Amino acid sequence: MALVSGAKSPLYAQRRRRNGIAMALAYAATAFGLTWLVLILAVLLWNGFSGLSLRVFTEMTPPPGAAGGLLNPILGSIVMTGIAVIIGTPLGILAGTYMAEYGRYDKLSAVVRFINDILLSAPSIVIGLFIYEIMVAQMGHFSAWAGAIALAVIVVPVVVRTTEDMLILVPDTLREAAASIGLPRALMIQKVAYRAARAGMITGVLLAVARISGETAPLLFTALNNQFWSTNMNAPMASLPVVIFQFALSPYKDWQELAWTGALIITLSVLTLSIVARALASQSKSQ
Amino acid sequence: MESRGRQPVADVALQGGNIAVAEVADRGKVLQKLRMTDIGFRWLTRGAAIAVLLILGGIIVSLVWGSLEAIGKFGFGFLVTESWNPVTEQFGALSPIYGTIVTSIIAMVIAVPIGLFIALFLTELCPMFLRRPIGIAIELLAGIPSIIYGIWGLFVFAPFLQQHVQPFLINTLGNVPGIGGLFAGPPYGIGVLTAGLILAIMVLPFITSISRDVFSAVPPVLKEAAYGLGCTTWEVSRYVVLPFTRVGVIGGVMLGLGRALGETMAVTFVIGNAHRISASIMAPGTTISATIANEFTEAVEPIYTSSLILLGLILFAITFIVLACARLLLMRLNARVGA
Repeated sequence: MALVSGAKSPLYAQRRRRNGIAMALAYAATAFGLTWLVLILAVLLWNGFSGLSLRVFTEMTPPPGAAGGLLNPILGSIVMTGIAVIIGTPLGILAGTYMAEYGRYDKLSAVVRFINDILLSAPSIVIGLFIYEIMVAQMGHFSAWAGAIALAVIVVPVVVRTTEDMLILVPDTLREAAASIGLPRALMIQKVAYRAARAGMITGVLLAVARISGETAPLLFTALNNQFWSTNMNAPMASLPVVIFQFALSPYKDWQELAWTGALIITLSVLTLSIVARALASQSKSQ
Repeated sequence: MESRGRQPVADVALQGGNIAVAEVADRGKVLQKLRMTDIGFRWLTRGAAIAVLLILGGIIVSLVWGSLEAIGKFGFGFLVTESWNPVTEQFGALSPIYGTIVTSIIAMVIAVPIGLFIALFLTELCPMFLRRPIGIAIELLAGIPSIIYGIWGLFVFAPFLQQHVQPFLINTLGNVPGIGGLFAGPPYGIGVLTAGLILAIMVLPFITSISRDVFSAVPPVLKEAAYGLGCTTWEVSRYVVLPFTRVGVIGGVMLGLGRALGETMAVTFVIGNAHRISASIMAPGTTISATIANEFTEAVEPIYTSSLILLGLILFAITFIVLACARLLLMRLNARVGA
């Protein structure tokens, strides 16, 4: 009988009310989070789309007051991102392979796992300082190589993490089957484990590309910037994020407009990459 | 009966193409070669794993090396000196450290409750078919490069705050005794508060996705038992889910904090780069990362560069400690789930 009358008691009403408030807050918080995504994307599209034309992709960055495009920073970003991936991916895959295949339970793997997770979220500007110290300061000049290596340092932990995670998901029966026909371990890893984990590992590389293509801080004092077309890896090279940084903070209207257009290009490509990576990952999971 | 059963060994290996000998007669040689590749590959992967450690070692050594001059000149006083004067070459890290900590606190105060409520929504309230899309949308916020937050913050968010939010805060909270000083002064738009708010938006996805993951790892039996006693959704979340996932949530919060402390570009755009400590959070300030990003290429004198690198070392030390704590907490959680 206490139960029945309890349904109308003030305590019950109070609990219901509290619950209602908390649930309303949960809805509101989600709406709040999604609002920012919509707001940021809407502003980007609004401001960036008007400047988007063929010229953006075919002309160099202009001096203030003149018309121009973003060809050299786009090229610079692609070149440096590409080299960073070429350097960082094999290193990351090999390290992840050791942790998942050879030394899954040993001390070295535990330490590397811990350190790698810290590198994964380490401030990227510190990585810029690191490369400045070991490359720019030693060579005496800024260079695209230094920028690419700084980005590679950011690629490594991302790839290590996904490679290890994906290889651990490969069922041991596959490894045992390979071993039972006498396949040496190295070949088993390369021919069986990598193939089984391929989609996940590609996801990792795509996520790494998405991460570095928007990175600005590590390029500021490694690759610096370049107003002109340059393919010389030993000289400063323009990149999209650094040009956005420079142009957005400039007092010139047309530079600021170009910055918005560049921001739109970067965001669209980064978001596309991460959506493709996610799709790949969920596809490989459902298999 | 040597071969029949073992014949495929060399065949499979040979078909693999790793050994470019077309007609191998000597199986012993092939097996020997395979053994060598195996050992070689093992050491190659081991070397790569050690290289990850070397990267960390390299970062620490190079930062310490680069900042020796500043350490020698300013010593411990660097940490507690407010003045930052490139002309007289007097440098102190107090105002950037203060700015870094205050902006991160503002970010966490806002992002932690909101992130937890979103995670609550995603695990308890959201209809199944919407869970994935909304989860991904929140995570996309983390994918947007920080420079985009910066340009958006400078041209859209800061003017909005300046015209609509800050005057309101100054007129209301600014008059409250005790905390009024925090909201004093003219509405600049840019400043510590703006940077903190943008950081809050940036770390929100990290806190949300980790909280969601640990919330959904709570054994359904526990929740069902509480529901069976007649608990409301809120009571189940507050008194069952949250205590059970406390360690993981704290780990996620620390991870977000690590991001907030080291975030560079978004903050550089909106903080105002003023080397001073103001009581008001409306006033411009600076953070460690913003100072480095703004001044490093302009620093010509060796002591200036060295001081900036020392700032970087301090930032790295702070984030390292925070991130290490986060990882240790999350590892403890994994060990418990695994057990």
